[in-house]
Amino acid sequence: MTRKILDVPQIASAEITPEAVWLNRRNLMKAAAAGTLTATLPASAAADPSTLKPLAYTEGQCDACSAEEPLTPVEDATSYNNFYEFGTDKSDPAEYAHNMTIDPWAVQVSGLVNKPGKLNLEDILGGFDLEERIYRFRCVEAWSMVVPWIGFPLADLLRRFEPTADARYVAFKTLYRPEEMRGTRSFTSVIDWPYKEGLRLDEAMHPLTLMTVGLYGKTLPNQSGAPLRLIVPWKYGFKSIKSIVSIELTDRQPSTSWQELAAHEYGFFSNVNPDVDHPRWSQRYERRLPSSLFKPNRVPTQLFNGYADQVASLYAGMDLKKYY
Amino acid sequence: MSISLYRAPWLDRLWWVLVFGLALSPFLFIVYGVLGNTLGPDPAEVLMHQTGEWAIRLLVLVLTARPLARWGWPALFRYRRMLGLFMFFYATLHLLVFAQVYVGWSLEILLEELLERPYVMVGFAGWVFLVPLALTSTNGMRRRLRQRWRQLHQLVYVVAVLGVLHVLWLSRSDIGDAVLYGFLLGGLLCWRLWQVSKRRLAARS
Repeated sequence: MTRKILDVPQIASAEITPEAVWLNRRNLMKAAAAGTLTATLPASAAADPSTLKPLAYTEGQCDACSAEEPLTPVEDATSYNNFYEFGTDKSDPAEYAHNMTIDPWAVQVSGLVNKPGKLNLEDILGGFDLEERIYRFRCVEAWSMVVPWIGFPLADLLRRFEPTADARYVAFKTLYRPEEMRGTRSFTSVIDWPYKEGLRLDEAMHPLTLMTVGLYGKTLPNQSGAPLRLIVPWKYGFKSIKSIVSIELTDRQPSTSWQELAAHEYGFFSNVNPDVDHPRWSQRYERRLPSSLFKPNRVPTQLFNGYADQVASLYAGMDLKKYY
Repeated sequence: MSISLYRAPWLDRLWWVLVFGLALSPFLFIVYGVLGNTLGPDPAEVLMHQTGEWAIRLLVLVLTARPLARWGWPALFRYRRMLGLFMFFYATLHLLVFAQVYVGWSLEILLEELLERPYVMVGFAGWVFLVPLALTSTNGMRRRLRQRWRQLHQLVYVVAVLGVLHVLWLSRSDIGDAVLYGFLLGGLLCWRLWQVSKRRLAARS
């Protein structure tokens, strides 16, 4: 595998690559690898170029690491978000998440590990080989996107802390800082903050499970879960917890926020499955964004969001209707 | 009393146009948003939310007209029919957007949604009850139906209950809207029941 590290300098917004060039960057990278292009590439137009830093990364090489579908435009992916800490409207995170302080940032790793400890953001950004992965992202609300994430396998991180033989599950927590998160101050909100998520250890160690620090070539904007979030591409989006401050290895299945709220609607596994409807809406189709009134762009939802070849074996013998 | 309420016809017409324009304006904003493509990457959600929200807001207005008139402010009462028809208009748009974006005009999916999802069933039932109300909203129908008309149009309270249930059952984590409309419409329903029972008691004694 050839490493193609991009070292991108800060650039003026006027020099930002047009979307079409960005979308074609794979070809440019191939050209660069072949030695026909030696100059560094400018970064993409991201949500707020002034605060997002370009990242150095390679192209993900694993099986199913880069979806072939057209990418969702970066403006859509960073303006249409669910991040209830900042409000329940899709536009709330982009509007209010800038209030969240992400520097300094530390992630506590605890529980059933031989070497519990703390990771600072610098350790994360400097300590792991970053790669880009283009994943389908399917929200439980029946819309979906295709996003180029940048990160590293969660397995790489967990191995450093040496999970013990008893560890079976991984529990995650999002930052809870009411003074910076207006959604958590809403008195009609029924979520018991902080936001909690969890995975079975084998799911967490799966090569597709990505600890994500960036998208579209740059660090994550706050509304997308800066500075560090999970991406589990075969599960509904709410499993991909944002702005993580705590990772705990446990021997029993951790409680998760949506399960606490409505266990009959949101299961622990929450694997994308067109045959298991949400009690209040069908999961057979999804709106691939951007969608419009006259061209809704409804596409059939795939089992495990199209990653069945990679992950179905994790659930061999399990009744997916029971373990939804 | 009727003399004190007299207003010049041109003033009446001006008010009518004003109220009509106000009630229509959310629709114009929606059309502008759709044509100008300013509703974001997932207009389906915005359109469902906007049309539904305006339907239920107008329902609150329609039901507020009577108590307001009773308390000495009859202005809104004059436009009750227009606002009711606008409510039906937004509810119908709500249903059409649902059919276009979520159901894709598939009868199979529509039936599944109706039978398996209580909030869809409840919302649809609310719309069905509105149809006879809209159809009998003319003066001629009102005259022809007489006492029946009043009874028929009490269905609007059933629609209000269904509407609140609809909002409650579709809320995911923040029940603010459901609580707000539940309080408003519940309060209006209680007021009406209280009025009716008072009148019945008075008639009996």
